[in-house]
Amino acid sequence: MNSALVSAASHARSARQRRSAAADALFHNVTRGAALVVLALVIAILVVLLVQAWPAFHAFGWHFLTGSEWDPVHQRFSALSSICGTLVTSLIAMLIAVPVSFGIALFITELAPNWLRRPVSTAIELLAAIPSIIYGMWGLFVFAPLFGEYLQPWITAHIGNWPLVGVLFQGPPMGIGIFTAGLILAIMVIPFISAVMRDVFELVPPVLKESAYGVGCTTWEVVRHVVLPYTRVGVVGGIMLGLGRALGETMAVTFVIGNSHTLGLSLFNAGNTISSTLANEFSEAVGRTYTSSLIALGLILFLITFVVLAIAKLLLVRMARREGGKT
Amino acid sequence: MSQPDTTLTHAVSPEVLAGAARAPLRKTVIEKPRLSIRQLNFFYGSFQALRDINLDVAERQVTAFIGPSGCGKSTLLRALNRIYDLYPEQRATGEILLDGANILDRAQDLNSLRAKVGMVFQKPTPFPMSVYDNIAFGVRLYERLSRSKMDDRVEWALRKAALWEEVKDKLRQGGTRLSGGQQQRLCIARAIAVKPEVLLLDEPASALDPISTLKIEELIAELKSDYTIVIVTHNMQQAARVSDYTAFMYLGNLVEYADTSTLFTNPARKQTEDYITGRYG
Repeated sequence: MNSALVSAASHARSARQRRSAAADALFHNVTRGAALVVLALVIAILVVLLVQAWPAFHAFGWHFLTGSEWDPVHQRFSALSSICGTLVTSLIAMLIAVPVSFGIALFITELAPNWLRRPVSTAIELLAAIPSIIYGMWGLFVFAPLFGEYLQPWITAHIGNWPLVGVLFQGPPMGIGIFTAGLILAIMVIPFISAVMRDVFELVPPVLKESAYGVGCTTWEVVRHVVLPYTRVGVVGGIMLGLGRALGETMAVTFVIGNSHTLGLSLFNAGNTISSTLANEFSEAVGRTYTSSLIALGLILFLITFVVLAIAKLLLVRMARREGGKT
Repeated sequence: MSQPDTTLTHAVSPEVLAGAARAPLRKTVIEKPRLSIRQLNFFYGSFQALRDINLDVAERQVTAFIGPSGCGKSTLLRALNRIYDLYPEQRATGEILLDGANILDRAQDLNSLRAKVGMVFQKPTPFPMSVYDNIAFGVRLYERLSRSKMDDRVEWALRKAALWEEVKDKLRQGGTRLSGGQQQRLCIARAIAVKPEVLLLDEPASALDPISTLKIEELIAELKSDYTIVIVTHNMQQAARVSDYTAFMYLGNLVEYADTSTLFTNPARKQTEDYITGRYG
């Protein structure tokens, strides 16, 4: 009887083992399936873009990348002004947003008195929640007129005659243009970058900061030599998140950039970005070449984003190696 | 076992204990103290963590703070280089005299204070940089040394911390890649590289294995000839092994302070005796 009990128990145990092995296998397959779907989606999107963009590349060849004309009437298209607009607006946005976000995150985590931390943090999160079209409307109806009336003439008068950089700030003060788009983009990505930076700064163990203060560092030295190196993966990640958003942002940019396909040196000129062109012109694109050219623009945006992300990863790997492979 | 004051030996409630602590039974006189703590009270917000602490720290000796968790020993240590200043809700009243000046004074320059009073924490805290830079970092804050002088200083500090032989071929490696015991000695090397006068050790061996602990203890004995050392430990054997003077604290009060052999062999108070014999804590 005793042995019967034992064998019943072991029978039950092996049944349970079989069940949990089956559940494990199921779980394994489901999660793997989910991961593979993502991969398949990326490949599918890339393939569709490639196939649909092919007629444009076939028609214009390399000229599609190097030319600056965009002429729907004569069905001649090329992407240079859109690529430049995308890169330049994003660059302006990052030049402004990264230092400002860094300052915000530092202030919140290291310097602000307790009663101020919460309100500032919340305000930043609220800023991130505003839909981009609101930024666009604000930029077009409120910011651009003020900018064109007061700030722009002043900048043109004072910086416009400088050697080399002066040419960037010349032209009629219209308010809208590439520079305005960059500014609006900066305001839009600041909440994202600063929120990520704040979060990673808060991850630095207090005792690590204490030991830096303990050898007599000032706040800036602690940030420069301990907080930043400790968090740099997160900081670069935050910047890339912002950059990705700036590269792809559509509505707000479409409102304030002027949507012109001319390629000029001045940042005060009207311009266009890849996404603003797509948003503006898809509905009126007639003919295979026009549509295909727009899709080719989309493909280029996809590749730009991909390359930017890849460079960021490479940068991180190289930084880690130079330091002698930490963590 | 001497029991000089029977009215105190059965004191158990904090109130009685607090009263008891204010009237020291045995005066421990330290000639030429390096640090003098006078009427020190410490607050975390509204909670009072230290009550009227009076204590002198002897120069070039090891002083240990012992006591059960939450007794205020770490708090007392953290007051000595004002590291608590990082947290707005923490404050101290009273006096801590170093070189004749009250370091609790608002006008005290914190960076120079912390250069004079170095600190090593419970958990190893190597900075996210190479072994070499971990040491050179603090030095660069105060001195401009030539390349070769800096090399010498780094080697000197690592030798002092008994770490040189183990890391001399890994100076360019990340400091976080060393073992736990090595990391802690790296932190000690980092603290002594700036040539402080006082070294504060906050349970420096509690996160380490026995062999690393032994190395740290040997190191403390070695460093004593150059530095005034204050160590917090919850390990009584460690306090007995490494220290010259021991302060026993309980519930924010300094219960007893004496030279280590007296305190451990002939404690004047019942609380001290109970604690060191393991009857509470």
